[in-house]
Amino acid sequence: MNTTELIAEYREFSPRINRIGARDFLLFVEDLSAVFDGFKAVDIGAWGVKRNELRVVIGPNGAGKTTLCDLVSGKTRPTTGKVYFEGDDITNELEANIALRGIGRKFQTPRVYDSLTTFENMELALPGSRKVRRFFGRTAGAGENENILQILERVRLKDDRHTEAKHLSHGQRQWLAISMLILSSPKLLLVDEPAAGLTDLETELTAELLLELKDEHTILVIEHDMDFVRQLNSKVTVLNEGRILAEGEMDELTANEEVIEAYLGR
Amino acid sequence: MLSLCQALFFALGGYAMGMYLAHHGGPEGIIDKDGWKLPACLFVVYPYDVGEAPGDAMVPWFWKPFFSLPLTLLLGVALPGVVAAVIGYFGFRSRVRGVYFAILTQAITVAGWLVFCMNNMKLCGTNGLTRFNTIAGFELSSHSVKFGLYLITLICLIGVFCLCRFLVSTRLGRVLVAVRDDETNLRFFGYKPYMFKMFVFALAAALGGLGGMLYTPQMGIVTPEYMTAKWSILFVIWVAVGGRGTLSGAVLGAIGVNLVYNFLTTRWPEAWPFVQGLLFVGVVLLFPKGIAGLLDLIRFKRLAKRTAEA
Ligand SMILES: Nc1ncnc2c1ncn2[C@@H]1O[C@H](COP(=O)(O)OP(=O)(O)OP(=O)(O)O)[C@@H](O)[C@H]1O
Ligand SMILES: [Mg+2]
Repeated sequence: MNTTELIAEYREFSPRINRIGARDFLLFVEDLSAVFDGFKAVDIGAWGVKRNELRVVIGPNGAGKTTLCDLVSGKTRPTTGKVYFEGDDITNELEANIALRGIGRKFQTPRVYDSLTTFENMELALPGSRKVRRFFGRTAGAGENENILQILERVRLKDDRHTEAKHLSHGQRQWLAISMLILSSPKLLLVDEPAAGLTDLETELTAELLLELKDEHTILVIEHDMDFVRQLNSKVTVLNEGRILAEGEMDELTANEEVIEAYLGR
Repeated sequence: MLSLCQALFFALGGYAMGMYLAHHGGPEGIIDKDGWKLPACLFVVYPYDVGEAPGDAMVPWFWKPFFSLPLTLLLGVALPGVVAAVIGYFGFRSRVRGVYFAILTQAITVAGWLVFCMNNMKLCGTNGLTRFNTIAGFELSSHSVKFGLYLITLICLIGVFCLCRFLVSTRLGRVLVAVRDDETNLRFFGYKPYMFKMFVFALAAALGGLGGMLYTPQMGIVTPEYMTAKWSILFVIWVAVGGRGTLSGAVLGAIGVNLVYNFLTTRWPEAWPFVQGLLFVGVVLLFPKGIAGLLDLIRFKRLAKRTAEA
C-alpha cells in the first residue's frame, strides 16, 4: 500500500477534523522525519500499527529504528510530521504524558534502577503506582505482589527478587526491563532489541513472552536476530536509511531483492 | 544534584528568627506613628534615645508578621520551602542538571546575598540583625535558656532524622532513588521526575530554614554572611566527609567537622582553612563514601573475619 492510500485509510474513520479517527490503527505516523545536523535519521511518509498487532521492525545498524521509537515515545521531537495514538495527536506531548496514555518502552540497552532490588524495580512499574496517596505507603497490595512474583517466576528472577539490580547479569537486566514493561501493561509496547545479549534459550523464552502478550496488547519489536524474528512469525517492516524499504511476511521479504541488498544479504 | 542554595535557605530561616528577635530586643521604646516599635537596626543613625521615631521612619510591612512567634516559626520554614519550590519548578522542569544546577543555585545564593546587603531593603544591610534580648519572654543570656535552646535543637535533629528515615522507607523514597539512578527511564513509565525533585528540594530548604531559626538565637546575630558561598560549601563538606547518600553520614559529618573546627580554632586558628581543604580533598579521593562508608567497611570486614574464623 502506498502513502496516499494509507493516509486515506487512516482518515476514513475521522469523526471530527481535529481528532483523526482510527478504528484500526493504534499508532499512526504521518510525514514523520527526524533530522540531526542535516542527516535524515528517519523519513517516513505514512506508517501505522494496528490494534492487537505484533509488528517487527528490522534494518541495518543506523537505519533509524531506535530513532523511530524515540519519536513515538516523545524522547526526540520530530523535525516534521505528526504522531497519532488512538486518533489523538501526541506529537508534542511530554514523555510522561505519552507514557500515561499507554505507550510503554524498553530501551535498547536495558535500563533499570541500579540501587533498587529487582522487586522494588517492579513495584515502580505497577500501573496506578503514580497516585500521590500511594507514595507514603510502604509496599504494594497483595494482588500486585502476586502479579509481580508471577512475572518474575516466568523470567527466572524470583530467587533474585531481593538482589540489587546492579548485581544482575546483562541477561537478567534485559529480562527485568522487559518484565517491568509487561507489568506496566501499556496499550502499545515499544520493545527495542529484547534479545540482544541473550542466549538462544533465553531468546526463545523472550519470544514466547511477547507472543503471549499479543492477544491483549499491541507490540512493536525492533530486532536484529533473524531467528528471533522468525519465531515471532509476524508482519515485518524493513527500515533502511530512515525510510521504509519494504513490509510483509518474513518469507516474502527474504525473496525481495532490495531487502537482500540492504540487509539480509550482508 | 549539588545544591549551593542551602546557605540561602538557612539564612532565610535565620532572618525570620532574627526579625522576631529584633522586634523583641534592641533599644526600648522607639515607636513609629502606627505604634510599632522600630527594630534597632532600622535607624540610619543610631540614636540611643527613647521616644518618638525620627521623622517618617516606619516599620516596613514585611517586618510585621515576624512580631508573632508562631507566625515566625511557620514562615521560617515555609518561606525557604516556597522559594525552593519555585527555583525547583523552573530549574527541574527545564532539566537543568549536574554542574549547571550547582552554578544556577550558586548564582541565586549570590543574588540573595546582594539583596540582603542593600540598605534600602530595610533588612539592616551588611551589619545584619543583632542586639537580641528575649525569645518568647525568656532572657537569651541566661544559662538555662541557652541549655533549653540546645535541647530544642537536639530534639529537632532527632525529629528531622526520623522524618527523613521514614520518607526514605516509603515508596516515595524508592521513587527518589530511581530518580537518582535513571531519571529518563522513569519518565517513560509515566512519572514526572521534576515533581519529585521539587519536593525534596523544597523539603531540604524547609529543614535548612529550621536550622537557621535554631542557629540565630544561639549566635545572637544574623548577617548576610550566612548566605555566602563559604557556608554552602561548608554544608557540602560536612556531607562529603560524613558520607554522601546516607542520613547518618550527614549528621556524623556535621558534628565531626565542627568538633575538629572547634578544637583547631582554639589552638591554631590559621590552620583551619588548610585543614578543611585537606579534609575535603582527602575524603573525596580516599573514601568517597565518607565516614559512614568507612564505618560500613569496618563492620563488613569484621563480619567477614568472623565468618572466616567460624
Ligand atoms: N540524538 C541524535 N543526534 C545525532 N544523531 C543521532 C541521534 N540519534 C540518532 N542519531 C543518528 O541517527 C542514525 C539512526 O540511529 P538509530 O539509533 O535510530 O539506529 P538503529 O536503527 O537503532 O541502529 P542500531 O541497530 O545500531 O540500534 C544513526 O546514524 C545515529 O547516529
Ligand atoms: Mg537501535
